[in-house]
Amino acid sequence: MSDLKRTPLYESYKKHGAKTIDFGGWDLPVQFSSIKEEHEAVRTRSGLFDVSHMGEIEVKGPGSFSFLQKVMTNDLSKLKIGGAQYTAMCYEDGGTVDDLLVYKLAENEYLLVVNAANIEKDYNWIIENVEGQTEIRNISEETAQLAIQGPLAEKILQKLATEADLSEIGFFKFSPSVDLNGKKALVSRTGYTGEDGFEIYCCSEDAAGLWDDILAAGKDEAILPCGLGARDTLRFEACLALYGQELTPDISPLESGIGFAVKLNKEEDFIGKAALKQQKENGLPRKLAGIEMIDRGIPRHGYPVYKNGQKIGQITSGTQSPTLKKNIGLALLESGETELGNEIQIEIRGKRLKAIVIPTPFYKREKK
Amino acid sequence: MNVPKELKYSKEHEWVKTEGKNVRIGITDFAQTELGDIVFVELPEVGDEITANEPFGSVESVKTVSELYAPISGKVVEINEELSDSPEFVNESPYEKAWMIIVEPANSGEMDNLMTADLYEKMLNED
Repeated sequence: MSDLKRTPLYESYKKHGAKTIDFGGWDLPVQFSSIKEEHEAVRTRSGLFDVSHMGEIEVKGPGSFSFLQKVMTNDLSKLKIGGAQYTAMCYEDGGTVDDLLVYKLAENEYLLVVNAANIEKDYNWIIENVEGQTEIRNISEETAQLAIQGPLAEKILQKLATEADLSEIGFFKFSPSVDLNGKKALVSRTGYTGEDGFEIYCCSEDAAGLWDDILAAGKDEAILPCGLGARDTLRFEACLALYGQELTPDISPLESGIGFAVKLNKEEDFIGKAALKQQKENGLPRKLAGIEMIDRGIPRHGYPVYKNGQKIGQITSGTQSPTLKKNIGLALLESGETELGNEIQIEIRGKRLKAIVIPTPFYKREKK
Repeated sequence: MNVPKELKYSKEHEWVKTEGKNVRIGITDFAQTELGDIVFVELPEVGDEITANEPFGSVESVKTVSELYAPISGKVVEINEELSDSPEFVNESPYEKAWMIIVEPANSGEMDNLMTADLYEKMLNED
């Protein structure tokens, strides 16, 4: 246990009765009360997550823009100061290094937010490919991240932001230095749950205080501290990719359905462009599809998928959806097998059980 | 943690209750707490033979799948059909509403391999 890394909030969430697990080398809360209750809190009210394990990498200097255009699949020329962009980094063969958010802080000054398990790999990949006058700094250790998500997130966080109007922060926009009850934080309207909400970046020393302040501010709204279990079921229903499941070095962003973050037409060349272009021109070999069980059973990561006795793919994520109460999954299937209504079989503990291809996302919030 | 005195326990956190010549089996309060919200229970069929220390079914929480290990060997004579529609009984009432199977033991001597409530509680405290 002693080898596991801890976020600055470890003591805080232990106090709230969190059950922690080893998550990629980090001792993190899987749940506080119950995954179902936490999930429902975020869908209907609000929930607070500690996501300090996520990595932050700063990219600065006159060469930053052209360097990032070379390693990112999305087009950074569309990104303005005060905005965030979802993108991927690919290998030459089109496989995925990571999916991440890029924040544009100033001209030639960016913040990359990467998956916890990939911090070192991403940092090394960036260093290997860096060019021009560019300064790269891994600031993951000194940076904490909280996420407040759900329809009441803005109302709750606004109570702490007495000098800012959070309604002015648009979707995928941020404010670089918001005063939250005396603590400065970067606040962005982003998230990983399919709900409205904010991600809050602050220095590690302020994290525990901010955590307590937000929970106190949201008391009347019955905010709940939430763990990684609910984070996973929430992102799954909204069909947001999880690195290691929907995206891997073996799965391209086009195959996993995040083609919107791949701009094959951008002026600059980027790593993986040739391979991705070829995939698109030749037709994708595999595609991600939503499936729902017809027979009794729950699809899980790694379960094989069959049609007429032939293996046609595998489940990347699956569970019983807490919102829909259905046993559903995401599956990476041969491209010909992804039409809606296609009946397939999922092998669960040696038995092949019936399932059907359904539309995604499984859950979409109603816009105000 | 609720550990009823009159039951016997396995290392895999199943409880066993003697009822005449048969035994009733389920999972303990500790087990359901560790697993979290149970959303699916898969049980054997009536007439199936189960073998001590081997899986006889599984329970799934939102997050994980866990196998159920047979505390003793024998023939399944009844299963709790209600768990198929109400898996949440495992969380709400692990010792009453969420009994899983009734078994006719193949060998009554196997009951002696199980722990008393005191020993089981001691094992939980040591972990």
